Amino acid sequence: MERCRIVFSGSGGQGVITASIILAEAAVLYESMTAVQSQYYGPEARGGATRSDVIISYTQINYPKVIQPNVLVCLTQQAYNKFYPIIRPGGLLITDSRFVKIEKKVDARHKELPMYRTVMDQIGKPIVFNICMLGAVTMLADLVKPESIMKVLETRIPSGFLEMNSRALALGFKLAEEYKS
Amino acid sequence: MAIKDYIRERFFPHIWCPGCGHGTVMNSLLRALESLGMSRNEIVMVSGIGCSSRISGYVDFHTLHTIHGRALAFATGVKLSRPELNLIVPMGDGDALAIGGNHFIHAARRNIDITAIVMNNRIYGMTGGQFSPLSGYGTMATTAPYSNIDHAFDTVELAIAAGATFVARSTSYHVKQLSKILRDAILHEGFSVVEVLSQCPTYFGRKNRAGSAVDMMEQYKNDTTPIGSKAKKENPDLIERGIFVQKEMPEYCREYDKIIEKAMKGN
Amino acid sequence: MKENIKFIQGNEACVEGALYAGLEFFAGYPITPSTEIAELMSYRLPQKGCRFIQMEDEIASMSAIIGASLTGHKVMTATSGPGFSLMQEALGYAVMAEIPCVIVNVQRGGPSTGIPTHVSQGDVNQARWGTHGDHAIVTLTASNHQDVFAMTVEGFNIAETYRTPVILLFDEVIGHMRERLVVPEEGEIPLVERLRTSVSEGVDYHPYLPREDGRLPMSDFGGVHRYNVTGLFHDMWGFPSDNPQVVHDLLRHLVDKINNNVNQITNFKSYYLDDAESVLISYGSSARSALHVVELLRPRGERIGLLELQTLWPFPDQLVRRTCEHAKHVIVVEMNMGQILQEVRRVVDQPRKVFLANRIDGVFITPRDIRNIMRLVQGKGV
Repeated sequence: MERCRIVFSGSGGQGVITASIILAEAAVLYESMTAVQSQYYGPEARGGATRSDVIISYTQINYPKVIQPNVLVCLTQQAYNKFYPIIRPGGLLITDSRFVKIEKKVDARHKELPMYRTVMDQIGKPIVFNICMLGAVTMLADLVKPESIMKVLETRIPSGFLEMNSRALALGFKLAEEYKS
Repeated sequence: MAIKDYIRERFFPHIWCPGCGHGTVMNSLLRALESLGMSRNEIVMVSGIGCSSRISGYVDFHTLHTIHGRALAFATGVKLSRPELNLIVPMGDGDALAIGGNHFIHAARRNIDITAIVMNNRIYGMTGGQFSPLSGYGTMATTAPYSNIDHAFDTVELAIAAGATFVARSTSYHVKQLSKILRDAILHEGFSVVEVLSQCPTYFGRKNRAGSAVDMMEQYKNDTTPIGSKAKKENPDLIERGIFVQKEMPEYCREYDKIIEKAMKGN
Repeated sequence: MKENIKFIQGNEACVEGALYAGLEFFAGYPITPSTEIAELMSYRLPQKGCRFIQMEDEIASMSAIIGASLTGHKVMTATSGPGFSLMQEALGYAVMAEIPCVIVNVQRGGPSTGIPTHVSQGDVNQARWGTHGDHAIVTLTASNHQDVFAMTVEGFNIAETYRTPVILLFDEVIGHMRERLVVPEEGEIPLVERLRTSVSEGVDYHPYLPREDGRLPMSDFGGVHRYNVTGLFHDMWGFPSDNPQVVHDLLRHLVDKINNNVNQITNFKSYYLDDAESVLISYGSSARSALHVVELLRPRGERIGLLELQTLWPFPDQLVRRTCEHAKHVIVVEMNMGQILQEVRRVVDQPRKVFLANRIDGVFITPRDIRNIMRLVQGKGV
């Protein structure tokens, strides 16, 4: 895809913004693509609806926000209810089965993944939920190479937590494989 | 170096009224500096706005005559960017404690090595006699024609509470004590506050029937007493003079040097 | 990955630019959406042996950097609207006392506390006339991180060249969004260093006497020349004066040193302007949406171009007049009620062909917003 517009949404504290930054950074630093990331700020640091926009492209990006995402990720019911109408027809909607109940049909491929449950079952730490999600999204949307994400994690994550994060990322890749078709 | 070498003679006569205490304060300050043998190049005087602030024009140091109330903030920038310089900040009571009150308490809290002199004449002189935060309840001023209902700060208590590590008070009458206190304040490493009661016969004196400059100085003589004196016990209304606080605490610029050391090590 | 390629926020790009330019002292106070600048400064400056201080408010921050500039350092503060309001008096002092310093305003919606986490470009005229009294001022802006970096360096260069405060007027969208920044190699962008006097000790030094080329060499506080700095009108030694000739000459000097050098101070970018019938004029983040529209419509044969202003003040009258000369219509794209629009109308020959495409609701102006206005202007309806 020449240009991919992604909206990550969820609630504050889920790591949605961090995950989106890692993705965009991987594209810019390790794949020589252009990317911009921007987020919507509210007054609260935790809780509340969070939205982060990422555009990844082979050409220059001027307007930096996303109006109609090719890929929409919703990690809470509130985020889903708010954002599902904006998805680009034929796009990809990714939700977490633990947090989101699908109410309306959208004109998009919909992947409902048990990301949270898998992370809790296999790792037991909710803190890496976002990295698992990032793995699944990257793979399903074919955005950047897995090793580019790993390289960013290596520079951002303290060495003691790197192993756990890379396991979460692998879980995401695996989930994506399972749910690909 | 002679006292005369510390002043910019060509800018005299000064603007202060006959009988004003501020010239006396400047005199005591210059004597203190002379006794320390300080080079003029290592002294930066920063002042704000008001009668007291004009002192910076008359002394031959690096002088920074700033805006109303902000002298300590300007001085903080000078000091932190060149900690080896000696910073002296003369302020009036309105300059230091009304418009500049916030900077005053925060400079004290940081314990940055600056000598703050509060020349307290209990009035806004330059604008013609309005009450200041040190005028006190019951005084008269052009903006308190029916008498002032604002209570005064106690500069010394305020400075102590804010964390100043050297706090003293003297008057324009007690010139020798004042000079000695200013000397100690300049030598002190940390934030020093010296409150100097300095008469304004033109406005405070006239408005409050305090008499001539000489009468007002007489009052300083009679109404003040050394800290902890017997006289104070007998007459609690007397104002104490002397050094109230003088303690060693980590100084801000030195503390920042440690931050630099930490940061450079990559911690 | 190369070390000098970064994926960072605009606020961080500003910090990188400032450090590249040789910033040595920063004083600030937290305020959204500029806070990241102070945070990163507190981390980076001590690493190079320089100093950061968080002051008690923005008045104190502005005052502190002026003090630090006088000791010979390159200095900066950063804030947003409410803090910028508080800085105005000391900013005027820096104009009057000719103190090189850089003030960043990452704009948010106002007036008052306004809409702290949303974008606006409402402080354009405040940058020009926020402080009282006649004066000239330099204000730069940028629409992407590479330019944020470049304009920050330029800001320091102008501050030193003309002994003046320089305002960097960024906005929330640019400050917070992340994109690529390639940090130039050392020496790639020329730096202007503090011009110090060559007058030796014991010889009369005039801190406020311009040389023939208009520049005023400085002497650091703590050095061998002791002089006075004041916000009052002053003579060439820095001593207060109410002599009418001195007052007149100083004010003229303060204004002329900027206004006579508009061409040197003007920074801009032009896109497809050669044959443009529709000229968009924009700046800061709005220019991104404007450029989006231009890039979209050019391949469809529309003769449309963009003038992106990077120097807002002094306003580049001649550049704008020339650019608009042959345009059928001019559309100023900005997120305020038409602050640059007024300037454009002031300088063009036919003010009635100048229109405004704006947005003032805290939402970043979209290409669609601009196209809607364009269609109306072109008589095509919505």
